[in-house]
Order: sequence, then structure tokens, then C-alpha cells
Amino acid sequence: MNAQSNDAALTATSNSPERYYTYGYLDEQTKRMIRRAILKAVAIPGYQVPFGSREMPVPYGWGTGGIQLTAAIIGPDDVYKCIDQGADDTTNAVSIRRFFAKVADVATTEDTAEATIIQSRHRIPEHPLKDGQIMVFQVPQPEPLRGLEPREMETRAMHAYEEYGLQYVSLYENVSAFGRIAATAGYPVMVDERYLMSPSPIPKFDNPKLHNSQALMLFGAGREKRIYAIPPHTTVRSLDFEDYPFETQKWEESCALCAADDSYLDEVVLDDQGQRMFVCSDSHYCSDRRAQGLRGPMAGHELVDIDKDAGQ
Amino acid sequence: MTMTAHQETIDQADQPLLRVRGLSKHYGMITGCRDVSFEMRPGEVLGIVGESGSGKTTLLNCLSGRLPPSQGRVEFNASRHGLVDIYDLSEPDRRRMQREDWGFVHQNPRDGLRMRVSGGANVAEPLMNLGRRHYGDMRQASLDWLNRVELDLSRIDDKPRTYSGGMQQRVQIARNLIHAPRLVFMDEPTGGLDVSVQARLLDLMRELVRDLGLAAILVTHDMAVARLMADRLMVMKSGAVVETGLTDQVLDDPQHPYTQLLVSSVLQI
Repeated sequence: MNAQSNDAALTATSNSPERYYTYGYLDEQTKRMIRRAILKAVAIPGYQVPFGSREMPVPYGWGTGGIQLTAAIIGPDDVYKCIDQGADDTTNAVSIRRFFAKVADVATTEDTAEATIIQSRHRIPEHPLKDGQIMVFQVPQPEPLRGLEPREMETRAMHAYEEYGLQYVSLYENVSAFGRIAATAGYPVMVDERYLMSPSPIPKFDNPKLHNSQALMLFGAGREKRIYAIPPHTTVRSLDFEDYPFETQKWEESCALCAADDSYLDEVVLDDQGQRMFVCSDSHYCSDRRAQGLRGPMAGHELVDIDKDAGQ
Repeated sequence: MTMTAHQETIDQADQPLLRVRGLSKHYGMITGCRDVSFEMRPGEVLGIVGESGSGKTTLLNCLSGRLPPSQGRVEFNASRHGLVDIYDLSEPDRRRMQREDWGFVHQNPRDGLRMRVSGGANVAEPLMNLGRRHYGDMRQASLDWLNRVELDLSRIDDKPRTYSGGMQQRVQIARNLIHAPRLVFMDEPTGGLDVSVQARLLDLMRELVRDLGLAAILVTHDMAVARLMADRLMVMKSGAVVETGLTDQVLDDPQHPYTQLLVSSVLQI
């Protein structure tokens, strides 16, 4: 309610030219430069476009790439959602959401379906994305080959000439060490069967959501100064071996709060006696299911209730 | 149809594997190597000997596509292109040819291996670069090759930094032979090794080169290595080739004063 009335107050002044010059924090020239990079990235799916990354009011590693992308595409009509590890209520997510509520006068939400721009580092929301939505990812290391090939000149040549054999060396190492492809986050993908891409550190559980997505996916790495994109309805294939096909994570447990068995679960240690619970990493998805009356084994537990009281 | 195919194989066999003409490389005013010309046939091992600073490594780098020469042509009979000047090929074509048709054994195995991935992955990497995507097959191939270079198979998943120098060099050799190249460049492959390991490694390399019918260019300053491995020798001094011929001929009956000096300076025990 409060947020709504604040928005109305700000919108009244937001039509003045002074307000618009640095609308969304960045100056117009910077936003223009970033938009050009975005257009190029969308035109060449998976290709890392260099851009002149700016200083942001947060340190590198806190989402400067994602913030710049959002600042360049956001408008007063947008509804903004920001998640960190799938949760809407963690410090970084709350701060960035407040930042855009302040500098761009936008409505914010925790509802995935309602949002037009969703900024994230670690997750793609469980609720299927639809046409017209934009995912913005904060990427720490955009170069999937970096761990194996430290020379930038060499990795650029490898992308240019489509020499991606090296990436399989890391999968080989995985299989020889663990008997399966054990990599879980930032799992490399081929975009449109052309460019090898690191999908930010999302769990490989979310990789299938990249494939033929209805939403536009934008990736921004502020420190590394790269922007790349997956346009809607683009083929995205996770790399694998013929005899070790790609698999996503699976849990024997279901969510302790909402009983979901199809979502990405976080393990939470409850005490030093070995008690633990598994809970949806996507906080909105979980609360939505609870609002529908779905209850997991620990719903209504005293620990959960304490948490709830603190939240209110 | 069969006639032409047959004719082509004859042409292929008739052509040299490598043809170098008037190759020179200058570093500003300094000469790296000058006016080098030679031909190589498939299955031939060519030794390049000479003292330090005589231009051996410059020549090897020019031949292996790592250092564009100032003048001259380096023509290689590539499996995809036939006999072409490697510096006329586009960069992706040249890189593909280097991956498919060549191997390069560095003097220091750290330069030729990926130190952050296991020995087995190092050996299997050329296969992945050529598009193989079956883990089990590649694993078997790298096991076979580590066996051929007499490496303890239980060490396959260890990082190369835990290997001794001789083991690293053997892994590097396996890595450069697994994809059945047509030509292998070796830059002092036994340089940093002690004499007993050197002897075993030389034995192994000679066996492999003979078994596989490989052509190899071997740069060394060690006359004993040249004698053991090479069919033909090129003696270099101050960037120029001063004498060429069959290995035994050059070493037993050196004609050029510098070669005579070189041969007579070999230490006897």
C-alpha cells in the first residue's frame, strides 16, 4: 500500500525534463551505449559484446552488470522484481529493488507473473516466464573457457572459429573424478548451435528453462565489461557426452513448507543434531503454493512461525 | 572413378609432405634464420642441429605456423587442402590443420600440457578438439596411449604437476600422437631430462615414430639424440644451413668446418 502511494507521488514530478535526464540512474549517453550493446547481443545470440561498463553505487560482484542492463531498459511502466538465490527478501535483492524504485519510479513486485523485468544472479524463477518478460542476469565471469584457457586473445579466437573442444576437457575431468558430470552451477551451454555461453551461476536445474524460452534473457558482467543475450525462442543445449547425457539435479525430499517436488530445493541445517530441512529456493513460488493451501511436513512449525512473525 | 582415386593416392605419395623455399626471418636488424630450403617426405625424420642461437627454434617456429617468416614459403601437404603455403591459409583453416595434422612437443612439458587438468584429460584433449564426444572411447584411447608411453596407469587422473619431468614429457608425447598426426615438431624433447630417462624416452620415441610411420622435425643440440632419431640432418650456424645430408654421412664424414667442430666437440666417456 505504502509503495503504491509513493509511486503516485513520484510519477507526478517524473515528467519534468530534469527528472528524465538521468532517469534510471545512468545518463542518456551511457544508456544509449548499453542499448546498442544489447541490440548487438540479441542479434548474435550467445556472443559476448564488450561495453563500457560504468562505476555503480555498489561494488563489483554485487550485480553491477545486471544493474546497468536494468537501468538501460527500464521505463516508468515496468514492474520490477529482483531476486538473490531465488529469494526476494535477502539484503542484496531488497537493496537493488529499492534502488530502482527510487531512481526509476517503477512499481516493484515479488510476483513472477506480474513482473516485466526480473533481475537475478542465481536462479530463474520456477513460474514459467512468458512473452514480454525480460530476465536480467548478473554475471561474475562471462567466459566459460576462462578456467581452462587464461589468454583472452585465445578464447576470442576459439569463439570466432567455433573451437569448443576444450570445454569438454572440464566435463571429462568431472566424469573421471566423480563418475558423472558433477558441475552444478554455471553449466556451459551452446546457444543457437553456434556460441558457447556460460549461463551465469544458475544451477543446471535451470538450464532447460533457457531453451526456447518465451522471455528475453540478458546477461551483464560489470567487472568483465561484457553483455550477452538469449533472444526468445532460441535453441539452448547443455553440453554433455554421448555416454553421459545432461541431467538436472533431483531431490528425494520435497519442500518442507509447501510440499513442492518439482522445484529447486535449498538444504537448511536446523541444529547441531543433524536436523535439516529442504525448502524451495524460489521464495515467491513457495509462498504462492502455501497461500493455495499446500502444506509440507514442516508448515506451521515453530521455527517457521517465528520467521513469519519477524517478517511481519 | 577408381582410376582417378588411385591416381590421386599416387600423387599424394609422390608429393613432398613439407616443402620449404627461401625461408628467412629477421628480427629487425638481427637475423633469425636465412634462406632455408628443404623438402621432406612422409615418414621421414629430419634433425636440425646447431649451437645455441643458431636459429633452430626460429626455424621451427616458422615451420610450425607460429611465427610468420619475413620471406619464403612453407608448403605443407595438408589432408584437407593438399600442398599449400600454410601462411596463405585463413587463420581458422590453419588452426584446424595444426590441430588435425600436426603435433608439437615442447622442450618444457609445462608449455605443452595443461597443468590444471589431469594427465588423462591432457592426452584426450586432442580427440575432443577433433569433435569426439564419447567419454568411454576417449578414456580408453588415453589409457592405451599412456600404456604405450609406459606410464603407470593408476596415475591417469593425477595432475601433471605431481609427475616427474620424464613422466610429464611422456604424457606430452602421448598427447601429441593420439590423434595420429602426419607431422610432429619436437623442440629438444629430451632437453631437461637426466641421461637414463633420456635414453628410455629416445628409445620410446624412436619406436613410436617407426611404428606409426610419422614424419618428424627434431630440433636438438645433442648429437647423440640426432644420431639416434634422425634420418637426415641439417646443420645450422648463424641462421644459415651449412650442411645437409643423411645423418650417418654428416656425422661420420663432416665436410663443413663448423660441422667438423661440432662433431669433434661431442664429449666421449
